[in-house]
Amino acid sequence: MKLISAIIKPFKLDDVREALSEIGVQGITATEVKGFGRQKGHTELYRGAEYVVDFLPKVKVEIAVSADLTERVIETITNAAQTGKIGDGKIFVFDLEQTVRIRTGETGSDAL
Amino acid sequence: MDAVKELSYAVDTFYFLISGVLVMWMAAGFAMLEAGLVRAKNTAEILIKNISLFAIACIMYMLMGYSIMYGSSDSSIIPDFGFLIGAENAKDAVLAGGDDAPYYSKMSDFFFQVVFVATCMSIVSGAVAERMKLWSFLAFAVVMTGFIYPVQGYWKWGGGFLDQLGFQDFAGSGVVHMCGAAAAFAAVLVLGARKGKYAKDGSINAIPGANMPLATLGTFILWMGWFGFNGGSELKLSDVGEANAVALVFVNTNMAAAGGVIAAMITARLLFGKTDLTMALNGALAGLVAITAEPLNPDPLLATFIGAIGGVLVVFSIIGLDKLKLDDPVGAISVHGVVGMWGLIAVVLSNPDATIVAQLTGLVTIFAWTFIASFIVWTILKAVIGIRVTEEEEYNGVDVSECGMEAYPEFTNK
Repeated sequence: MKLISAIIKPFKLDDVREALSEIGVQGITATEVKGFGRQKGHTELYRGAEYVVDFLPKVKVEIAVSADLTERVIETITNAAQTGKIGDGKIFVFDLEQTVRIRTGETGSDAL
Repeated sequence: MDAVKELSYAVDTFYFLISGVLVMWMAAGFAMLEAGLVRAKNTAEILIKNISLFAIACIMYMLMGYSIMYGSSDSSIIPDFGFLIGAENAKDAVLAGGDDAPYYSKMSDFFFQVVFVATCMSIVSGAVAERMKLWSFLAFAVVMTGFIYPVQGYWKWGGGFLDQLGFQDFAGSGVVHMCGAAAAFAAVLVLGARKGKYAKDGSINAIPGANMPLATLGTFILWMGWFGFNGGSELKLSDVGEANAVALVFVNTNMAAAGGVIAAMITARLLFGKTDLTMALNGALAGLVAITAEPLNPDPLLATFIGAIGGVLVVFSIIGLDKLKLDDPVGAISVHGVVGMWGLIAVVLSNPDATIVAQLTGLVTIFAWTFIASFIVWTILKAVIGIRVTEEEEYNGVDVSECGMEAYPEFTNK
């Protein structure tokens, strides 16, 4: 099992959710986050004085999937979230030790 | 004939009261404008300041302010230090006719005047936002509304020496707006800038306000209230000449605000490369302050121009004060002080009775009196009870340290 954590542009969330549903992903957790990568922040202006916004709003999408689906999910997210402009985000993949469905007590890939 | 006199007395009294209600509503405008231009962590405190200063102004002006400002003194400099409002007009005096006969209720006069004092005091609260102790501010409000404002008010509107000199100030560019700004200026000097506003290397940090929709709503409310402020200051409505005059005052007030918005927007766009909303809002208020000293004599085109000059001035003034390290979060000193001065001078453009000497004398007198008196009061308050919250309280926000609450408990960003 793998945990895929993708940082994407907030307005791409709907596209990513739809695309993932189409390939059979059944659960997604989304969190509003702030951060920066090579895009860095940008400057804004208030009453003539400039100020730097270091941390930009992003959405973090987390999906737990069976190992065989991992590549397809990564590909799907990449396609759906891509604009080609700087600041599109990143995808991190972790090994997932255990999963438990709280309602039934099922574990492992049965609980995905 | 008596019936006509009674009716016109009723109409003029009604007009005065409704104008006063419009000016009272400006308190809501100031509250929203200031709440929008401070950070979220200082919202509840600025709101309680706005509503409590209004209440203090009403009570102090009833107790002594009105009597000082409109009492009968033998001196043109030292007012009569009396108390309370005085007796209502007798029906016989109204019906007697003649130049001295009252043509509106005395209580309506008090009501109209008391909301002006509150407006003057509201100007101070924005300039000292986010760092002043609540109760020190309220202590100042007691002195300001009960003594400092009424004394200079007596010099002009009470028939004192500025009035005798020919100084013209129709609805209070000087008596109300510049007076409030002078007190705010003294406060900012004694109080100092917000922590983090100026970096150690001297550079200016922007501290953006939390809520632009509220600031915009507040500006619209002030714009609306200003029709009562200037329109009511004509003091009479009930004949053709007066009705036309009131209508012209409404139109000129509106045009000046419009001119102020456009001029401030263009100035900001040329200076910064971006069209700063807060400057457009300050531009509207600048236009209104500029026309307040003389909204009756200009034609609407000149009124637009007078407002537009105010709109240009206010942008340069805000930037200039920032560079001088005078931290005024809402731009009150620029809007009401610098542009108030322009308004007083602009009277000579259209009022044949005005002289530049009289206007400058009034300007300097009101500013000097209010600034010096306020500076003394602020200094005493600073020495006795302190006027500034601690650095940690300022960092956490005065909502929590002064009010024990947050304005937006679910979403506050510290």
